[in-house]
Formats: sequence, C-alpha cells, structure tokens
Amino acid sequence: MALQQKIADVFNEPACEKNQAKSEKERKKGCSKPLTPGAAAGGCAFDGAKIALQPVTDVAHLVHGPLACEGNSWDNRGAASSGGDLWRTSFTTDLTELDIVMGQGEKKLYRAIKDIVARYAPPAVFVYQTCVTALIGDDIDAVCKHASEKLGTPVVPVNAPGFAGSKNLGNKLAGEALIDHVIGTHEPDDAGPTDINVLGEFNLSGEFWQVKPLFERLGIRIRASVPGDARYQDIAGAHTARANMMVCSTALINLARKIEERWGIPYFEGSFYGISDTSDALRQTARLLVARGAPVDLTERTEALIAEEEAIAWARLEPYRARLEGKRVLLNTGGVKSWSVVSALQEIGMEIVGTSTKKSTIEDKERIIALIKDASHMFDSMAPRDLYAMLASGKADIMLSGGRTQFIALKAKTAWLDINQERHHPYAGYDGMVEMVRQIDRALSNPVWAAVREPAPWDAAGELHAKSAPSLAQSDVETDRGFARTRKRFATTGVDEMGEC
Amino acid sequence: MTLVTQNTKPVSVNPLKSSQPLGAAFAYLGIEGSVPLFHGSQGCTSFALVLFVRHFKETIPLQTTAMDEVQTVLGGAENLEEAILNLKSRTKAKFIGVATTALVETRGEDIVGEVASIRQRRAQDLEGTTIAVAQTPDFDGAIEEGWRKAVSATLDVLAEPRGSQAVIPNRINILAASHMTVADVELLRDTVAAFGLEATILPDISGALDGTVPERWVPTTYGGTPVEAIRAMPRAACTIAIGEHMREPGRRLAKLGGMPLVVFDTLTGLKSVDRLMTLLAEISGRPVPAGIRRRRNQLTDAMLDGHFHFGGKRIAIAAEPDLLFALSGFFAGLGAEVVAAVTTTGHSAILERVSAPTVTVGDLGDLEDLARAVGVDLVVTHAHGRQAAERLGVPLMRVGFPIFDRLGSQHKRTILYEGTRDLIFEVANIFQAQLHTPTPEDLDPFLRREREEHHDRSPPAAH
Repeated sequence: MALQQKIADVFNEPACEKNQAKSEKERKKGCSKPLTPGAAAGGCAFDGAKIALQPVTDVAHLVHGPLACEGNSWDNRGAASSGGDLWRTSFTTDLTELDIVMGQGEKKLYRAIKDIVARYAPPAVFVYQTCVTALIGDDIDAVCKHASEKLGTPVVPVNAPGFAGSKNLGNKLAGEALIDHVIGTHEPDDAGPTDINVLGEFNLSGEFWQVKPLFERLGIRIRASVPGDARYQDIAGAHTARANMMVCSTALINLARKIEERWGIPYFEGSFYGISDTSDALRQTARLLVARGAPVDLTERTEALIAEEEAIAWARLEPYRARLEGKRVLLNTGGVKSWSVVSALQEIGMEIVGTSTKKSTIEDKERIIALIKDASHMFDSMAPRDLYAMLASGKADIMLSGGRTQFIALKAKTAWLDINQERHHPYAGYDGMVEMVRQIDRALSNPVWAAVREPAPWDAAGELHAKSAPSLAQSDVETDRGFARTRKRFATTGVDEMGEC
Repeated sequence: MTLVTQNTKPVSVNPLKSSQPLGAAFAYLGIEGSVPLFHGSQGCTSFALVLFVRHFKETIPLQTTAMDEVQTVLGGAENLEEAILNLKSRTKAKFIGVATTALVETRGEDIVGEVASIRQRRAQDLEGTTIAVAQTPDFDGAIEEGWRKAVSATLDVLAEPRGSQAVIPNRINILAASHMTVADVELLRDTVAAFGLEATILPDISGALDGTVPERWVPTTYGGTPVEAIRAMPRAACTIAIGEHMREPGRRLAKLGGMPLVVFDTLTGLKSVDRLMTLLAEISGRPVPAGIRRRRNQLTDAMLDGHFHFGGKRIAIAAEPDLLFALSGFFAGLGAEVVAAVTTTGHSAILERVSAPTVTVGDLGDLEDLARAVGVDLVVTHAHGRQAAERLGVPLMRVGFPIFDRLGSQHKRTILYEGTRDLIFEVANIFQAQLHTPTPEDLDPFLRREREEHHDRSPPAAH
C-alpha cells in the first residue's frame, strides 16, 4: 500500500473516539493539524515510528537516510532490556551527497542490511524510511523484500518518513509495519488460554517489570509486550494471545483494533499508573480471559490479589501523608497520566492545582473532572511564559511533567519530577505509585529550594541591600563593634579609632 | 548539636590522619623562600616528604635534624643548630620553619628556648633568616592542628603590635584553611582584588605548590607569602580566618593589629559565599562586581540542575574537622544525607555543628564499618579511602590530603561560587557514571518485599 493510502487508512481509525465523533467529510481530512511554521514543536513521523519500535531489544534498527535522523537522536530513551542491547546500537546508512546525487541509496541500504546480518545475526532488521530517501524515491519495501529473501532474515520496512506528519502518526505507522510484516509470522508451540499481549508499554526504566510479576502470579503469561523489552519472535507470535491490553491508547490503537479484526483478539484500554488503574488493568484482563475460556476462578484470584496489593500500597503510602499533605501539584503531562496518578496523590492529601489535557481523550477529560471536581484546573496546554509565571508566583509546589518543560520549573525555582520518557525511576503498578510519591517527597524536601529562592544580598547593580543583607553571625565576628558599623570608617580611620579585639 | 564519639578500639585500622608535623610543614610551604625543618629522626621527614611529593608531584623542600640514637639520648640542640646553619648557608632560606616531632617532644626538650638561644648566639650567621618553631608531636592532632600551630608560630616571630603605624585601609588578611587548594587560594585572591582590595593570604601555597616550572633550581619554596608581607599583616584593616582551626591565629593577628576578626566556618556553599561577598562589599564600600554576581547565578543554576543527583543519596565522609563540616553542609544542602562521618581529632568546636547524626573520631576502618552498617551511595575522603570504597562497592570522591592517585587535585576549586559549582558537578558526574541499569529482579514487587523484610530501610519520618 502506498504511503498516502496508508496514512489515510490510519487516520480513518474507527476505534478512535475523536474520529468517531467526526462527520464523514471531516474524517477524510484526517486528523493531522496543519503545522504553523515558526511555532511548531514536537517530533516527526520518523521519530514516532522509531520510538514505538526501538524498545524491541533483539532487532537491529537501521535508519536509512542522512546522518541527522539517527545521529542526532540515538540512545536517548530510557527503555530497559532484560536481554541484549542490540536495540541501543545505532545503525544508519549515513547517506552522503554523492549517494544522494548518484541515486545509490538503495544499494547502500542493501549492503548495510547485509553487513548487519553478517556481523550481528539479529532475528530481524527493521529499516526506517526518512524524508530524504523518500524524496529521492528509494523503495525500501522492495529492498527489504529482496534482502529478506536473499539473506534469510526478516527485514521489515517501516515507512514513516518525517514529513509524513506528527510523531503520533509515526507511532501508528509503526503499528502498521508490525501488522503487515511481523505479527502472525511465527506459530509458538506453547500458546495457552491465559496468554495476553500488552500494547503501547515501553518499559521505561524497567517499569513493566513492576507489573509483569502481578500477571504471572495470576498465571497470566505475557506473550508479547509491544514494544517494551520485546523480542522479535514474541511479537511474531502475538496473534496467539487471547486478549490485548492497550496501554498508551493514542500510540498504537490501530494495532489493537487490527489485531482484533484479523485474529479476533479482544482488547481493553488501561493504564499501570496509579493504584486503582493497576487494579483495573488486572481486573479487565481477567474478565476478557475468562470470557474467552480461561478458568473461572481467575476472577476470584484476581480480586484477592488486588485487595492484598492495594492494602500494602496504601500502607506504604501512609507515612508520606504527614509530609505531603496540602502540597500543591501541577501535572503537565497529558494522556492517561493526566488523571491516573491524581487519585493516589489526592488520597495522601496533595492538592492538584492543574492538569494538562493536551493529549487526553474525551473520556480522559471526564475522569479528570470527576476526580478534581473543578474543570478550571484543567488546561489544554500552557504557553511556556504562562507556565513560568504560574510557577514563579508560587502557585504550585511541584510540577510533574516531561523533560521539555523541566527547565521552566527549575528556572522558576520550583521542584520538578520527570514522569515522561527520560526519567530514571519506574512508576508503574502499585510499587511504581509508591516510588513516585517517594520521589515527589524527595524533590519537595530538598533544601535546595529554600537556598536558591533566597535573593542575593545585593541589588541588580551589586549594591548591598541596606537592611536585608545577611548580617554576619555575631559569634563569627570577633570585635567589640558590629562590622557594619565599623566598616564605613575603615577608609579614613586612624589608630585610635580602631576597636580593640 | 551533633554527638561526637571517640573510637575506643585498641588498633587504628587504615588511618585517616596525616601527622601534625606534616600539617606544620604544609603551612610553612606557603611562605616564600622557606624550608620546613623537622626536628626528629630522618624517617619522620622522609615519610612526610614522600607523601607531599605523591600529592603535589613537585620537589618539596623539607629538611630534617636527623637525630640519631646518641643525640636523642644526650639532647638534640646541637643537631638543631647545625641543621639551621646548614640550611641557611646551603639554601639561603629567608624562613626556616621548625616543626618538632614525637621523638624530641617525648624526650621533653625546650626547643623554643633552644631556638631562641641559637638565634641569639648565631645572630650574625642567621641574619636575614626568620626561624619559627611549632611544637607538633606526632602523637597529638593532625594536619589542621599542625597547620594552625605553624601559622601561629610564624605570626609570633614575624608580626609585632601595630603601635602607631597607620592602618592600610584597602588591605585585608586572610588566614587560609589547610584544606584549601592552590586553585582556591588563587580564586580567593582574585575575588578580593575584584573589590579593589588587596589580600595578604597566609599560608599561600599557590605560589610554590601550583605546579609551575621555575627557570632555575630553587632549594627553598619559590613562592608563597613573603616574609615582609607577614610582618605587615597587623596593619591590615581586617582579618578573615577560614575554618575553625584558623580562629586562634586569627585572634593573635587581630590583637596585634587592633582589627576585627571574622571567622568563616567554610567558604563552600551559597550562603557562606554570600556572606563573604557582603563583607568584602562592606569593607571596600564597592558594589559586588558583575562577574561575581554572574557566578552566583551560575551556582544557583548548578544547584537546580544538580539537586536531582543528591536527593536521597547516603554519604559517608571522613575528613579533618573543618573540611568535614564544609562537606557535610554541602551535601546536606543539596538533599543528600551524611549517614557516616569520621574525623581526625575531637578537639574542634566545629564538630558539634557537622550535618550528621554523629561524628566518630577514628580511622578509615571506622568509616568502612559505619558505611557498611547503614548503607551508603558514596564515600568521600582522601585517596587512602579507595580500598574501603572498593570493598563497599561504591564510588570514591577524593577530597583533602593526600590525593596521590589522581592528577590536578591542587587545581580543583572547592570554595566560593565557582568551587561550589564545580563540586556539585563532580558529585553529580560521579553518580551519573554509576547509573544503575534496572533488572526485572530489582523491580519485581514480590522479590522486593522479600528483600525489604530482610533489611528494611525505615520509612520517612514525619516532620
């Protein structure tokens, strides 16, 4: 399918709530908002596709294009692998001017694939299209097909050149690549009635490992987690699972729906952020599995586990209540996190002074209103200037957001916690929520805030403030007069005027 | 108030201390044209010399009275006289700093009296050479005490009451702390100069131990505080003492000059530096220069960027009292917790204000035991801490003396806005270099629970 058709197809996503609310005509226009040159932010489709697939750990990810696409972006995500680190090794065809002028891109791509297969013997190679190679007409589909046949290793084209659209579109095109070329190409010999896939889970800081054991305790096997800590073979066999959990709905919704369409695997949308959400994810999984023939007692066992784990989590959060009660949080993240962590933070007495709904669905927004009871605390997105003003005026004690707005908080001398992809702490499941609260506490209790908010003892011209200058502690000045009083006389003082020590 | 406890075990395991005479020699090395002279056996000097050379990677002028058995029994006055005269004739030293050792102090000689008598008897031979004596037996104190005694002894012999001489209004005295590096001294001098003031810094190790290559062979120190400048110190407008251990010499000097003394516990950390800048602005009557204001801004930004790496970290520090105080405040101020603190001597009043639950007067063995018992993320001490850090499986941040397995420690800044900023980066980079890669076993909620049942880190206290 040509790229344009593919994009139209992806935009016409029937499972998308926003899309369903549109008229037929609007739907055809697609959902990409035209970008405003000079006022655009965010990644491109290639970025989105790479993000969505790169955490597949044993695959060689080869970017076909000039250097910038891969060279400026590699090794920047905090996904974790329990296996190899081939996914972190950066491969690019690094096209030169000569390659482009002479039209040698395809040849170079084939040689690159061949070299990677020979040196690293990966179970598969993913080849990413970029703007320049799309522009000069390199047919990566054909090269990948040829290479797969010649080399006996699956070579998967990911056709999402940057100029095709947004990062979100790229996520979806990545899902298409999996549907078209990967899922269903391998038949595992151990498929069982309690196998599930988790889609849209990136295993940032290894956080999926905080919830995977919960499933395992219930006898539920994760056939494939896509893409976090995934293996190629597991994704190839993902069509044998009995249910899918869709974690980050805006990213891979087309993947979930198409798997359902083609293999009849039902899915639900859920989240591992927050205590009740984690419970809900377990509950829904059990429900879908039982409906498809898993032992009926799974429901009961799931409820028992939920009750036990929730009690432990709340008990672990309790000591933080006294420290965090009344502290004001600004959530600037969007998507499910805009509400999924809210209830736990409120439960220990924190106040939500605002939450962004930038990437939230209609349902997300309804849940936010139900939780914070005040729609005025909901904002679509805030200009950096306004955000700075809000934080600098002390309207929040801490902001939880992604790295993009980190320095707005820090320059406003406000505590900040990263809850997006570059963070170093795992926040999924019951343990993850406790960890997040622990990190919030750690950030808020750092004495650095008081220290940096203390103004310099001088004005903008360096003149000491007459009154607010920090006076030297008396014990440290060994003279019978205060320093401030004696200092003015130093310039003209004679012997007799000096105080004795 | 921090509880200070004395280690009571009968054996010192992996000593933290360097000896008191070494501290005295260190200070004497900060005087121009000087040769420190250990009054003791040859080995006393040789060991200190080797340690200095390993730390500074420089030739160090350090001599010995080379007491042998017979002289030790009969009395070492002759050796002392001979050593002083030899040094005078061979090196043309302008300053000879005598530091006694445990050997001669155990014998109980009146060294001060002897030196006075030598000065008198040999006045002609010794013309143009000042001789100071610090009584620094190895069995007491450590570097800070030796340093302090040497500075006091130097002031005693060189500085006289100001009398009717006029105060020089734009000149101040700075009594440098023993843990200040060459770069610290240089930075401090430049900072003072930026206010239009002139600082006499004593000791000034920046001239002699800064790793320059002199054009000719110099048998003495080739930089440092000039003897004449020390003589003029009572005429300055003010004395600033850095570190509790400089309070006592500061008092001497302030009394001689009838000037105020301001003691700074530390010059590391935003607040302390703000205080110093305020003081300099007050003395000079000038505004705080733009460059310094910008450095302050850089420091606050470094604090903001750096605090992520400090929050919740558990730190073990072993250092001399004033350095321990400075570092514990530095770490605590950025959200880390000093959970093990060991120091060399219990005499210093500053120990009660160290940001740690307790301070143990002990050795690196104590530091290792404490750190193992409570669990730490970083060990902060001198280079000898490397074995402990390795066994504990945590990184070592090298501070103080000696640092013999890294180059350039004398060119690291640890004070003022710049130095504090650099320290923040150093610590943050140590932690970033140790970035822990999570594993499924680490994050498994059931396994975690089992682990925590074994050794539970207590939940946070309500405040």
